[in-house]
Amino acid sequence: MALFLPPERKRFYQNVSISQGEGGFEINLDHRKLKTPQAKLFTVPSEALAIAVATEWDSQKDTIKFYTMHLTTLCNTALDNPTQRNKTQLIRAAVKFLETDTICYRVEEPPALAELQKNEWDPIVAWAEKRYNVAIGSSTSILGPNIPASTKETFISHLASYNMWALQGIEYVITQLKSLILSMGLIDRHITVEKAVLLSRLEEEYQIQRWGNVEWAHDYDLCELRARAAAGTLFVHLCSESSTVKHKLLQD
Amino acid sequence: MAALGSPLQTFRGLLRELRYASGRPYRDTPAYRHIVAAFRAHRVTSEKLCRAQQELHFQAATYLCLLRSVREHTALHREYHGKGERSPEEVAGLVGFRLPQQPGGKG
Repeated sequence: MALFLPPERKRFYQNVSISQGEGGFEINLDHRKLKTPQAKLFTVPSEALAIAVATEWDSQKDTIKFYTMHLTTLCNTALDNPTQRNKTQLIRAAVKFLETDTICYRVEEPPALAELQKNEWDPIVAWAEKRYNVAIGSSTSILGPNIPASTKETFISHLASYNMWALQGIEYVITQLKSLILSMGLIDRHITVEKAVLLSRLEEEYQIQRWGNVEWAHDYDLCELRARAAAGTLFVHLCSESSTVKHKLLQD
Repeated sequence: MAALGSPLQTFRGLLRELRYASGRPYRDTPAYRHIVAAFRAHRVTSEKLCRAQQELHFQAATYLCLLRSVREHTALHREYHGKGERSPEEVAGLVGFRLPQQPGGKG
């Protein structure tokens, strides 16, 4: 099967460096500037993000493995915006996940799993209800919980306070974790990436404990999900306001 | 606030991952300089709860999780998914079986 895949690109550069341009920070591979897939100039708003992207390019060994470069991918998405969505559409797509939020769907049997879901997920739902002053709840019905319209409006207006880059990252984290609530827990620094991924995969973890772990499926998925969730969270934090506050402190 | 453990442990973990990632002395990489400068600027102060420090630590822990997971994912990919299709013998070996021996050859 490997024969039919396109060959991986060789690492065609020696040195990776960062330079400051008009639109932000740019990445240089030897003396060429990095471009996005749509041939735009690759510029990012924060120096820390540029350093992290440069580190990704620099850690490629013989071939360039694009599937390991999550931050580069996220920046490309934000720069090119291939789906051509505006801010309102992005927010709507993110909040739509609340209707089918993983941690609001509960099982009734087996009892051990139902108990586990209650113990692990209830505190996060309670945290989100308190933090955003909304009603969320959970349900065992196939139709899911009945989320009040006021809850959605609260999340819509909260998400509207983020810029386009951060929103692309937030939507990415939500689609990875399949949960708006867990993603907001990460963005608000209430839970760590490891914890968020564990909670997102709770049923799988339960089945692993019962039937055993398969390294090339379970661990593979776990590592990939952790990498993607961590990349998205870092991207949001580096692209939103708090990082500029941090830079001011760094200059002291 | 998420439980993160000690900042020193996160710092050491980051250095370890940078060493794995760069393959050459990592002390002259921009990532190393940035991480050291950031940690130095946010050393423990007399303040009981330093919000900026906690935010930095969360960011560092997130970055550590990213680097570590990418490394583990790449290793698993290389081991199990990066070689194309396996032979029947290899597939059987993965789950701990051996194919039966046929004295007269196949068929």
